[in-house]
Order: sequence, then C-alpha cells, then structure tokens
Amino acid sequence: ADLLGFSHSNHFRSETHSSFFLAVREKKKTRSELGSDRGKFEARKMALAFDEFGRPFIILREQDQKTRLRGIDAQKANIAAGKAVARILRSSLGPKGMDKMLQGPDGDVTITNDGATILEQMDVDNQIAKLMVELSRSQDYEIGDGTTGVVVMAGALLEQAERQLDRGIHPIRVAEGYEMASRVAVEHLERISQKFEFDVNNFEPLVQTCMTTLSSKIVNRCKRSLAEIAVKAVLAVADLERRDVNLDLIKIEGKVGGNLEDTELIYGILVDKDMSHPQMPKQIEDAHIAILTCPFEPPKPKTKHKVDIDTVEKFETLRKQEQQYFDEMVQKCKDVGATLVICQWGFDDEANHLLMHRNLPAVRWVGGVELELIAIATGGRIVPRFQELTPEKLGKAGMVREKSFGTTKERMLYIEHCANSKAVTIFIRGGNKMMIDETKRSIHDALCVARNLIRNKSIVYGGGAAEIACSLAVDAAADKYPGVEQYAIRAFAEALDSVPMALAENSGLQPIETLSAVKSQQLKENIPFYGIDCNDVGTNDMREQNVFETLIGKQQQILLATQVVKMILKIDDVISNSEY
Amino acid sequence: MPIDKIFKDDASEEKGERARMASFIGAMAVADLVKSTLGPKGMDKILQSTGRGHSVTVTNDGATILKSLHIDNPAAKVLVDISKVQDDEVGDGTTSVVVLAGELLREAEKLVTAKIHPMTIIAGYRMAAECARDALLKRVIDNKENAEKFRSDLMKIAMTTLCSKILSQDKEHFAEMAVDAVFRLKGSTNLEAIQIIKKPGGSLRDSFLDEGFILDKKIGIGQPKRIENAKILVANTAMDTDKVKIYGARVRVDSMTKVAEIEGAEKEKMKDKVNKILAHGINCFVNRQLIYNFPEELFADAGVLAIEHADFEGIERLGLVTGGEIASTFDNPESVKLGHCKLIEEIMIGEDKLIHFSGVEMGQACSIVLRGASHHVLDEAERSLHDALCVLSQTVNDSRVLLGGGWPEMVMAKEVDELARKTAGKKSHAIEAFSRALVAIPTTIADNAGLDSAELVAQLRAEHHNEGCNAGIDVISGAVGDMEERGIYEAFKVKQAVLLSATEAAEMILRVDEIITCAPRRREDRM
Repeated sequence: ADLLGFSHSNHFRSETHSSFFLAVREKKKTRSELGSDRGKFEARKMALAFDEFGRPFIILREQDQKTRLRGIDAQKANIAAGKAVARILRSSLGPKGMDKMLQGPDGDVTITNDGATILEQMDVDNQIAKLMVELSRSQDYEIGDGTTGVVVMAGALLEQAERQLDRGIHPIRVAEGYEMASRVAVEHLERISQKFEFDVNNFEPLVQTCMTTLSSKIVNRCKRSLAEIAVKAVLAVADLERRDVNLDLIKIEGKVGGNLEDTELIYGILVDKDMSHPQMPKQIEDAHIAILTCPFEPPKPKTKHKVDIDTVEKFETLRKQEQQYFDEMVQKCKDVGATLVICQWGFDDEANHLLMHRNLPAVRWVGGVELELIAIATGGRIVPRFQELTPEKLGKAGMVREKSFGTTKERMLYIEHCANSKAVTIFIRGGNKMMIDETKRSIHDALCVARNLIRNKSIVYGGGAAEIACSLAVDAAADKYPGVEQYAIRAFAEALDSVPMALAENSGLQPIETLSAVKSQQLKENIPFYGIDCNDVGTNDMREQNVFETLIGKQQQILLATQVVKMILKIDDVISNSEY
Repeated sequence: MPIDKIFKDDASEEKGERARMASFIGAMAVADLVKSTLGPKGMDKILQSTGRGHSVTVTNDGATILKSLHIDNPAAKVLVDISKVQDDEVGDGTTSVVVLAGELLREAEKLVTAKIHPMTIIAGYRMAAECARDALLKRVIDNKENAEKFRSDLMKIAMTTLCSKILSQDKEHFAEMAVDAVFRLKGSTNLEAIQIIKKPGGSLRDSFLDEGFILDKKIGIGQPKRIENAKILVANTAMDTDKVKIYGARVRVDSMTKVAEIEGAEKEKMKDKVNKILAHGINCFVNRQLIYNFPEELFADAGVLAIEHADFEGIERLGLVTGGEIASTFDNPESVKLGHCKLIEEIMIGEDKLIHFSGVEMGQACSIVLRGASHHVLDEAERSLHDALCVLSQTVNDSRVLLGGGWPEMVMAKEVDELARKTAGKKSHAIEAFSRALVAIPTTIADNAGLDSAELVAQLRAEHHNEGCNAGIDVISGAVGDMEERGIYEAFKVKQAVLLSATEAAEMILRVDEIITCAPRRREDRM
C-alpha cells in the first residue's frame, strides 16, 4: 500500500509536469494547428505512457540524455564539475596570473583577472558549478578580495576528497574531517597573525596591503598610486571610532581616455552631467545647493482631475497662473539663497530660461544615487517640494565646476570642497573601456581590503605563506585525531598546499621544488613568513617583500571553501530536471 | 568520468595556446586590414553598409573603417576600441595605434613560440614603452612662447595630418583654414563651435572658412533679405498654439461661439507673445522650434527676420557667435542679452540659399563651407578636416611637437634598442621586439608608398646613429630626408597616446590565457 501511495503521488506530479510542458509547447506554437483541448489530451496520454514504461519516479521526455546519478557516481560527477570550475580560475591566481577574456551574450568583451567577475559572466549551466559561482560571490560580498583564491581552495579540497572516496571513506566522514581541519587552520591563522598599527597620518601599512591586492591585476603598473588613492578614499570616509567604513560613500567613476596615471581622488562628488543651459556659468564658488526631487514643471496631481476651460476669462486666468507658477518656483529657489539647483527631473524650456535669466545655474536629470551622495557630501537635504525649501536645507560646497574632456562634447560636473567631506569620488582614466572596467574592479578590491583592515587590524603574510603555515599546523594536528577523520584532515593539509603550488606554477617556478623548499624552511626556522617569491625579488621572506593579506579575508576563504565542499560532498543523488 | 558540461549549450571555451593563438590572429588580422591606409601614400577603403540602401563610404580614416566592421573576435574588438578612444581623445593616429598594437602582438607571438612567458614579455614591453616615451620627451620642440613660430608649427602639423587624406592636393589651403578656425576657439577644445557645412558642387579648392556664421536656413517670405546692424534674439520657445501646460486642462465648450471665442483668445495670446518678443527692439528672431504661419506673418509685418527650426547646435553656436543668450521667456525685455552683428544677408552657395551673419561680436565660432564633386568626397573631406581640427585643438593646449615621417619611431627604437642591450634577463628579448615593432611603422609607410622599405629603413637607422639627427622618410621624393627642412611635424600628444594605448592593448591581449564565449542572447522572436 505504501508503494501504491507513493506512485500515486508521483502520478499527480507527472500530471502537473505535463501540463507545464503543454504550456511551453503552446508558446512555441509548434502545435498551433491542433485545438488546445486536443493538445491537452495528447500530452496527458504521453505522460501516462511514461508511467506504463515502468519509470514511476522521474518523468523523462523523449531524449534519455539526462540521467539520474546516485551514490558514488553522483559525488564523482559533482567533484569533477567543481574541479573544472576551479581549474579555469587556477591560472589567474597571484601576481603573475593570467587574465580571462569573456565574450558576453551580446558580444561585449570583458577582460578580467577578478575571480568573482569571471565566474559571474561565465554563463554556467551546471548546478555544482553554480555553487562555486555563489561561493566566489559570497567571498566578494563579505570580504571583496580573494575571490579567486577561495575557488582554487575549494577545487583543491574536492580533488583531495575524491582520493579519500576512492579509499572507501564515507563522504560524511571526509566532510567532518574537513570541518575539524578548517577549525584548526583558522585558529592557527589567528595565532600567526600580526597586528599592525596605523592611523590617519601613518597609513603606509594600509598602502602596502592594498598593493598586494592590486599587484595581481592589470593595473599593477601604477599600483602604488592606485593603492594610495584607495587608502586615502577609505580613510576619508572611515569612522575610525566605530571601526566602520561605508563604501557606498566612495563613488567610482570612469571615463575613457587619458592614462591610468591620470586617475585621481576627488574630495567631493563627480556627476556625469552638465548645466541645463549652455550659457550658465561653468564655475560657481561657495555654492549653496538646492537639491530637489520635484521637476520644474507644472504640478501633476496623482488623482485624476480635469480643468475645464469654457470661457475666455478662464483661459486667460489659466495662462496667467501658469506663468506665475514658473515664476514662483524659480523665485522660491532664489529666495532661500540657492546659487545652484540640482534636480532629479527635467525642466520645462521656460523654467530653464527663467533659471538662467535669474542667474541660477541648474543641473537636471541627476540620478537618485548621485543625488543622495550630493546631499551627504554637501550636508543638504533632499527637498521634495518647492514649498519646503528653507535656507537650512541647502547644501554647501566650496567649488562647483564643469570640466570638458577630449575632442567630443563630454562634460562632467565637479562638486568639491564640500561642507561634509565624508563622500569622495575616485575618477579613473584609461586607454579603453575594458581597462576602465577592470580598474574599477581592482579599485573595489583594494577598497575592500583597506576597509577590512580598519575593521580588524590583523594581517597574515601573503604569497602562500599563510597557507603553508596552516598546512603544517593541520598536518601536525591530524595525528591527534583517532578515527577515519585523520585521513580527511591530512587531505585538507594537502589541499592547503595547492594555493602556493598554483602561485609558483603561475610564476614560472618549479612548483614542487619551490613549495617543498619553502615548507622545510618554515618548519626548520619555525617562522611563518616564508612564501613563494613570485616576483623574483630574491627572498622568500614576505615581511621583507611587504606582501600582506587581511586575516579575516584568509579565514573567510578557508571557512567558505570548506562549507561549500561539505555541501557538495553530502549530495548523493542528482536528479536533473530535463529541459522542457 | 566525463565531466558534465559546465557551460550553457552554445557557449564555448578556448584555453591556453589556442586562446592566445585566436586572439593574436584576430588582432593581427585587424591590424593588417588597416595597415595599407597608413601614411601619405596609403590607400582608401570602400565600406558598404549592410543596412537599407547599401550606402557606400570611401575613407582612409582608421577609426571610421574599424567602427563599421562587424567583428566576432574578442581580441580584435579590443583593437577597435582603442582606435575609437584615440579618435575621441586626440582625433588622429587612429590607424597608427592599431598598426603598432598589431606589430607588438606579432613580435610577441614569435617570443611566445620561443618559450618566453607572456608575463615576461609584458614586463619588457612596459619598460620599453616607458623608455620610448622618455626618448620622445627629450626631443620635443615647444614653441609656445613664440606665437609666430607656434602658428607655423600648427600649419605644419595640419599639413602632415592632411597629406594622408583626400585633401592632400590642397593641403596648404585646408591647413590654413583649420589653423584659423582653431585659433578662433581660443584654447577651448569644443569643436562643436566649428560648423562644417557640406555643399556638393565646385571643387575642393573652392571651400572656404567664413569669419562669421552661416546658418543653413531660408529666410521667411516677405521678410527683409538684408539687415544691417542686426539685433538678434536667440530663442527656444514654442511658437505654435502654445498649449496650456497645466496638467489635465482641456477645453470644454457647449456652443460654436465659445469655440470661436477661445480660438480668438488663443490667437490673442500668440499675438501677445509676438509683441513681447518685438518689444525687445529686435530685427531678427531665431527660434529653435517651429514658427507657425500666423506668428511668422506677424513678424513679417513688423519687418523682423524670423528664422525657424534651427537645430540645437546651431542655436548654441549662434549664441556663442553673437553673444546673445538663449531665451525662453520674454517678460523682461530690458534684461535679456541680445546678440548683435553687422550684417545679415542671404547668400547663395551652389544652388542653395543660406543665411550669413557677418561682423559678429564674439568670434568664437565659425563656419567652414566644404565644396566638392560628390557626397563621398565631401564626407571624407569632413572626416579629414575633423582629424586636423582635433589634432590642432589638442596641440593648442599641449604645444609640444615632434618631427614626422617615421622620425619619432626611429628615435624611440634607438633608445629602446640601447635599453635592451643594458637589460639582463629574458626581458631584453621583449624590449628588442618592441623596438622592431616600432620600426615596422616607417617600414609600412615606405611600403605603402611603393618604396624599397628595407633599403630606406636601413639607411634611416644608420642616419639616426648620429645624435640630433632629423632624418625621416620623405615619401614624395622617395628618399631619406631632413624632416625639419621638409616641414613635416606631428603633435606630441598624438604620438604619446599612440604609444601608450597600443602598449596597453597589446598587454591586455597578452595577459589572456582563456577565452570564454557565452551563448549568444536569444532574440525573443525566435521562440
């Protein structure tokens, strides 16, 4: 009876499935010649037929390519998919990592080195591969850097897990072993981490850490200046007492043209707009800014209404009123002492001229986010109605100017010396669009790193040094655990080695030789600062090379990678929905 | 176990050597495509659009050619992009930048086959680019202080730019025009203020620069054809029925008489507006929007010249030239700034009537009238002139100039070669390759002119061994000559942009080791 009940419920499922299938078919209009009733009948018959074939669990349509994977096969397939994704990113790791060229669905080209971006744009179809994409994305949201490393780490863990499975160790035991090992690794990281002191005047350590992040990107030509820009930007908006940084206050704006060296930090806001009237002044000193979200247009009440004109007198009064309306709007702005109007909406031609006539420069169609930033920076309030304008609600800026670029008519508005210097803009220039986009991503990474350091001052040493140290610690800890997990823990240690190994490989060094040399050096001298010398400087000591990474970034990497691998290992049945 | 496919159905992935090969080949194909247009004896290309009408463009301008290509290779797209940026940023050198990037990649390919890692090549290229730039900086000529000399520099630059284009026959004439026009801008780079009017007919030599301003419009019937000491009101206002703008207003009447009354009121309103405009004491009124018959008649009655439907740039330029403000309300006639000019008259160019404003107050804008045998000639002439204007306006701001004719490339190549000899390690191969890529540009110029490039370049290299040599390829006489004597100059800014963006692009393409192409987006109608 139990079996019957099961198959019955399954039958129900097959029916819903078939009606869905029918809907799709109808949309495709392949059966448009059939009446819809008849179509429904046919489809139901087909679903029933499948039941008769004796496959009551999954309903497969015509093609049998999609199969159900169970048990060890499922795990193997999942591991293979995860490894395939990690393999793509492996060559992008480290300062000598290569880039990937991605051509999007619309033919647009992205060239990048950023793990999260590569995975995001890769158009992945496999479910497990999507998990890896998620993994890199969550590292990006949480930490902002190390998005490649986390995927490579997860790939290595999967590879090791496969070996353990071949030995006949149960996947859950492997997963648990990994869990223990990750705890050991994270604790060890805490132990070997160092705190360093910095303040607003001495931000050299911050710059050094940002430089480590930037050195793997295409912008490493001027990593020093970009790192300085990133650190200054973060310090400008940071709340050092609460140890928090709101990165939304840093706007990254790019414009094609010029050199990377021309990239600058603007203590203020940059708006990609120009004055609404070509003859308005291009430069305003000591501006009082009215920030409006109401258009310079006649009001449009939300409720439906009609104004009926049936006599000449009414026509005349309406006309007068209209003129007066525009006049009042402009006068209102003028009365409160505004010298610049920034508006989210458009202006009527007449209003535009009146503004110009009254010598009140104005900017129109400013986006909502930018408007908010301007409000924050200038200390003004966003005013939704003209009636509510008061002098206190105006924002203040020392200098507002329009600047033109290149041979085309492109202009941008600089709002500088603001009352509240808490909002800054990083303005990127570069040879082509792809360069600008990549620089934006790199700067974002650097900003995140600086923010993380302000939150938590601990650092670990990069160049694979931290991974090697953890690997040693985990390996040593493995022997203490009785039981099968011991093997999994050792496998974890092995997997940790794969990051420095990939670094060495990408830098054109002998991977196994280099890694074993560094490892023995660390063990012999008991100093966790030795890493891979990617840049051929001549020393393995990462302290000397000034290669730092944030502690939380590294910890997060290990934790996230372990979590995802655990999840993948626990899957023992893959039912792939055949494409309808 | 075979890996389940990771990507979507139509997506593809190319890795390692194959990816690098694909991008090298794509980039080099694009570079070879435009290579033959380089230099004064470069050839043109015919572009036929696939759109409606199959319109044909004949051009020599690298950016224009590349813009119209349909390219699928992602690396080639990078080259198209740098050419576009070069066009936007400095306006000239759009071909050179692509050719140089292509040559850099060609050299890189050889190095990769010789088992040198791309990262090493990139490091070498970077050092070389830095060194090449310093070499150029050492040799720049700056005549900013000496106005007369500066002007002659500009003339020479304009002539060098124009000599590779269709205008080469009359390059002095056009160079003069371009320099005049740019000097009027007084340092601004807004080329919108220079209006180029194309009128088929006559020959290229008949083109001229007009001191005043020409508006491609007709004068309304019955209005004065000639106004002296004109007072001009430039406006942007609706001159039709002038709708009530308050939302939801509508006319609702119950009898015919009322309709007539309201119509009368509307007319009255229009008349009021015209009267207000007339109260400014003007004798010329230019509006961006349409002027309907009724107000036009009113203007004609008042003896005011009314011009309707000038395009927005036209209005802005007119505002710039005559010094008037663009008005939309007319209630305070005393405070609106009017534009002034000595004479407005209708002139004929070819078969068309145009309105000519002469003796304007502020000469920031000007008009260039191009004449030529056909539309294609005119279009190409406009592009060429635009190139020259761009280069000149950039040079006015950054007055450093260099010699032309392959001279800068040879200077850079020499310095880079020396650097290669001093550098230890594998990088020196890449640096050497960079200098070879630089020399490829004079080689191409000579090849395109049908000269013996190997002989000429070798001679040039020998000449450049002497310090302070001014030798370059003189394509006209087909020999190596002194570029300073021949007056072949180029703007430093253009050369620098070519060098830096070509290196940047080559570096970008070199760094790639994997190409992932997503499935093309399905269009909705294919469902």
